[in-house]
Amino acid sequence: MSSVERATGRRVGERSGNRPLPPVRSGRPLVSRKYVEVVLLLAPALALYLLFVMFPVVQAAHFSVYKWNGLEPLTNFVGLENYRKAFHDPIFLKAIGHNAFFIVASLLIQLPLGLSLAFLLNRKMVGRSALRMIVFAPYVLSEVTTGVVWQLLLMPDTLVDSVLKDLGLGGLIQPWLSDLDTVRYTLFVVITWKYIGFAVILFLAGLQGIPQELIEAARIDGANAWQLARKIMLPLLGPTIRIWIFLSIIGSLQLFDIIWVMTLGGPANSSNTMVTYLYDRGFRRTQFGYGSAASVILFVVSFVFALIYQRFVMRRDTEGALTRRVG
Amino acid sequence: MALVTQDRASRHAAEPRGTQQVRDPFRPLAYIAAVGIALVTIVPILYVVLGGMRTTADLGARPVGLPQPWTFENYSGVLADERFWRYVLNSTFVAVITVTLTLVVGSMAAFALSRIDFRGREGVFAFFTLGLLFPPSVALLPLYVMIREIGLLDTPWGVALPQVAFGLPTTIIILRPFMRAVPAELEDSAVMDGCTRLGFFWRILLPLSRPALLTVGVLSFVASWNAFIIPLVVLTDANQLTLPLGVQQFAGQYTADTARILAFSAMSMVPALAFFSLAERRIVGGLTGAVKG
Repeated sequence: MSSVERATGRRVGERSGNRPLPPVRSGRPLVSRKYVEVVLLLAPALALYLLFVMFPVVQAAHFSVYKWNGLEPLTNFVGLENYRKAFHDPIFLKAIGHNAFFIVASLLIQLPLGLSLAFLLNRKMVGRSALRMIVFAPYVLSEVTTGVVWQLLLMPDTLVDSVLKDLGLGGLIQPWLSDLDTVRYTLFVVITWKYIGFAVILFLAGLQGIPQELIEAARIDGANAWQLARKIMLPLLGPTIRIWIFLSIIGSLQLFDIIWVMTLGGPANSSNTMVTYLYDRGFRRTQFGYGSAASVILFVVSFVFALIYQRFVMRRDTEGALTRRVG
Repeated sequence: MALVTQDRASRHAAEPRGTQQVRDPFRPLAYIAAVGIALVTIVPILYVVLGGMRTTADLGARPVGLPQPWTFENYSGVLADERFWRYVLNSTFVAVITVTLTLVVGSMAAFALSRIDFRGREGVFAFFTLGLLFPPSVALLPLYVMIREIGLLDTPWGVALPQVAFGLPTTIIILRPFMRAVPAELEDSAVMDGCTRLGFFWRILLPLSRPALLTVGVLSFVASWNAFIIPLVVLTDANQLTLPLGVQQFAGQYTADTARILAFSAMSMVPALAFFSLAERRIVGGLTGAVKG
């Protein structure tokens, strides 16, 4: 229990009410009034949450055992056939592989990049606050605008190609979005451009939470800048880094918007993710049962990952919302 | 926890290192990197804005360069296009519903979960945080079927209500610790002055929670303004499209007219960037706060 909790929130329920304090758990009418209030306060949130968030997840499992086009009554029960089909579809398996690619690439590239930028922006330098805003700006652009714009910038002989040529790197020019192998790397760069600001802001907040005395103490003991970063700040940033990794992996598993806008999962399925795949099967080919099976698989993967990660990795980080122990 | 890590860190620091001066070999490097990062971020955005002031022929002939001749036809074309304004209006309407409902419904729930002691409270809270694992993409197909069933397809409500629902976990996670940190003495004295529990919520807690409410409001506005996947499945009627869907449609329709797409994209960035420069602190504070719980 946090100290705040101990100091404030905990017994508030028993202490309020405009009657003399009854012995704990004996004032019947008071308790029931409290419960009426609780129900009234929670009802709208719970109703929306159950209806639009939880119920559809259950429904997905339900739909997934039917062959269904989304319109007729649900009659064609097929058992686990949709799942079998999904796991035998090379396109779906490749889509899972692409999700894995984005997960790994994010951890290998975005994590070090985000950390370096955060360390960079954490020092006193001219124009620091402007730079912070600039780095964060792409994060507030919509995914669609980002996708549409980058699609144009990556067309042959537009911005990207010209800049590369001017830098003498003309040999690197690729058919960025139409090559079966290049397309994922291209998308990854765009995604990094869009989301790196979030990592930076998060790490900066973590760095600013490090007590100044610690850094001073290390300085006095003669630690240089590299040692400070490596031995003091990085370990203390641990909880923030672990949370970022969690969010990044969940995000990579759910990738859709930018990819859908830029490539529709193509060319030839080479940039499909699980979500572009299930969107395509569900809405474009009206295979609602089969698409639901794909989404159940996605859900199970995310859920199992989250459980394992929280159980074994984030356990120590008591500040994390998801890791807060129940009770 | 903080104590433990502090301990570990100070042990590191205590290792004898001699008394050399702190040198900072990274300074010049830092400035070079800073300029590089700024360019990589700004150049694409600038290219879009300036590209909108060029002609498509000019863009084709010289991909990179200042407009020659400068033209404002693309921008005036977008501003005169009633579709653009319709998209803006639709997006605004959806965002207003989303933000209002998120604030009302979220603060009620956060109040119950932070300041009323009832059995199962932590369970209910954990149930809400579980929602962080369910972005709309997971159950997209059933969500669509349900919105169709309750007759909300092609309405702003069909977009806003699910958005509120999916935003609730973050909202509650931000608001709860904030409301919890309000001292119990305040509530006690309000009670002594004859305030009911709901009276305390309305007259004292909500006004005190203004900063957190602002943060939640700003975050849900940005999320709603940029949202893609829910509007994509709910809205098909050309009159109902929100701005992101409009941008996508516009780009698909004028593939050959690059300058025009650039102008349209630039215009669609304006609200988000303007809003961001006004509320940067809130957005940043909210995101980091949400993550730290």
